[in-house]
Amino acid sequence: MPLDTSDRGTPLLEMRNMRKSFGGIHAVEDVSINLWPGEVVGILGHNGAGKSVLMKMLSGAYPRDAGQILINGQEAHIENPRDARKYNIETIYQTLALADNLDAASNLFLGRELVTPLGLVNDAKMEAETRKIMNRLNPNFQRFHTPVSGLSGGQRQSVAISRAVYFNAKILIMDEPTAALGVEETAMVARLIDELKAQGLGILLIDHDIHQVKALCDRASVMKNGKLVGTVRVNEVTEDDILGMIILGKNPETGVE
Amino acid sequence: MAEQNAPRDLPQHRRNILDTLEIDTRLLGMIGAFVVICIVFDVWTGGRFLTPRNIFNLTIQTVSVAIMATGMVFVIVTRHIDLSVGALLATCSAFMGMTMTNWLPNMLGVELGASIIAPVAILVGVIVGTAIGAFHGWLIGYLTIPAFIVTLGGLFVWRNVAWHLSSGQTLGPLDPNFLKLGGISGTLGASASWILGILATGFALYMLWNARRSKLAHGFPIKPVWAEMTIGGIVAATILGFVWILNSYEVPTRKLARDFREAGMEMPEGYTEVYGVPYSVLILIVVALVMTIIAQRTRLGRYIFATGGNPEAAQLSGIDTKLLTVKIFAIVGFLCAISAVVASARLTYHTNDIGTLDELRVIAAAVIGGTALSGGFGTIYGAILGALIMQSLQSGMAMVGVEAPYQNIVVGVVLVFAVYVDILYRKRTGD
Repeated sequence: MPLDTSDRGTPLLEMRNMRKSFGGIHAVEDVSINLWPGEVVGILGHNGAGKSVLMKMLSGAYPRDAGQILINGQEAHIENPRDARKYNIETIYQTLALADNLDAASNLFLGRELVTPLGLVNDAKMEAETRKIMNRLNPNFQRFHTPVSGLSGGQRQSVAISRAVYFNAKILIMDEPTAALGVEETAMVARLIDELKAQGLGILLIDHDIHQVKALCDRASVMKNGKLVGTVRVNEVTEDDILGMIILGKNPETGVE
Repeated sequence: MAEQNAPRDLPQHRRNILDTLEIDTRLLGMIGAFVVICIVFDVWTGGRFLTPRNIFNLTIQTVSVAIMATGMVFVIVTRHIDLSVGALLATCSAFMGMTMTNWLPNMLGVELGASIIAPVAILVGVIVGTAIGAFHGWLIGYLTIPAFIVTLGGLFVWRNVAWHLSSGQTLGPLDPNFLKLGGISGTLGASASWILGILATGFALYMLWNARRSKLAHGFPIKPVWAEMTIGGIVAATILGFVWILNSYEVPTRKLARDFREAGMEMPEGYTEVYGVPYSVLILIVVALVMTIIAQRTRLGRYIFATGGNPEAAQLSGIDTKLLTVKIFAIVGFLCAISAVVASARLTYHTNDIGTLDELRVIAAAVIGGTALSGGFGTIYGAILGALIMQSLQSGMAMVGVEAPYQNIVVGVVLVFAVYVDILYRKRTGD
């Protein structure tokens, strides 16, 4: 059962009054979201509601115009993707953000290459580590010497996921991780989310599939036109309640925080 | 590390002999094209093309463009272009020429021929080239002006900065030590060339062995021993064969006799000497090695290729793509300066039109060498081979008496055709 927020101690992540405009358009206006360890929070809304922009401020891809990010109660300074990684925030982008011309290991370690004592990249070591994590996440994956452009959608997704998991993320942002996947692969991602949750990660999950949100998320925050409609405890509301929030921007009577 | 990763279900089937040898078919195609060009011209000229003398000349003519082409690979891989390399070469050359013939002797009173002149001049050239390159990179990376425009502007600017510096005059004669880096006036001679060849062969074989050992240590699939031996044999034969050819080019007796006379000695009867490996080729080898290591074994290289493959992904991975652009163009500027040393030393003068149209030759060399203009793909050895192919075409045609305008027509057609073949190849292999 979800607990009252006051009992849960310091959140793993607090985003307070986040704001971002592009030209005259307010992409994100005054949005606040909390995330506790071992929790999955769904971020929902129409296309253009501001979900991805909000996540990109957290992952450092966009600098924010205003707002505060606190991690374990401490203010975090996130200006670029490198900063976000320092705070153990990992992101699986909807586009996967893979360099198509490089192989799985090079992509997994991109920006964080393992090097030899001489400072040269240690490809053999990186491949060995990639094989290890892949063995855990997707044991069928064997194409370690192919540029990722030659991989299937599911295999590419495995590479993107293993990159986020390998580096001991504490906060994981998943932007529609199952949008391009088949049934079996979607189930694999769902299992993974449960597993990571059990390990105490906080996960922000952008998703359009209401069934999946009901199945995977503890709470859900709904956005509309850049503003936060509300945050609900998922098992206290119906799918229709959530749809009402997304479409009409109307909060249900119960379950709202 | 490797215990759990036994290669239990790796694809072990190898389709054919090329697969087993793990030879890049694109490389093979380029070597094939080069061999065909050589044979055709050799037959056409009645055996004058594949003589030690002509191969020696071909080699030293290729060096300048080849050095810049290795840098152009990085530029094109990151989806940029550099149209200014020829003009930048001219500016570096003008700075070095002025340092040697004017600034050091006239302003600082350094005696002509002093051993300090060449190193200072080269240092000046390298600083100028790197700084201008970095400036281009800053305009492209930070101010987001397209590379095409920045370097097109650079082409006009630097060509004429060179003209301004030298007041449009030919600068020379250049320092004698400097001239040794141009080609024929500075070579290793027979013994040193052989030693170099043997060292290089040993190094190449060690690298092959080391790669195999590293794969074994991690439990990755390896080639059969006979395949390793075959590749090792081909590599050794190529290196030693090249040294042997350069060592077969004898210094003309008349030149030797003159050298002896100048030293105040009598030339012994039957005395001969060979040229061997020119210093300029040594420079190219060092550049090729360093650039290959950068491309394949450093973070910088990894970031260059990642940015070429998917700039957005590179940025999201925390790569500073703006600074990366500055670094890439600074490397090109540095290489232009090195090429300027070789080119002006080979001519023995700084001339106004030095490096004219080199930008096109350099881009063509990189592209013929398999660098994709769409970004993400390219190799250093490919660019050097591309430069060699272009140069052999051009000198071959000159030898059989094709007039200059027709030579250029052929080179242009070959460039377009080569890129078309490359497109077909990529479609076929899905690269």
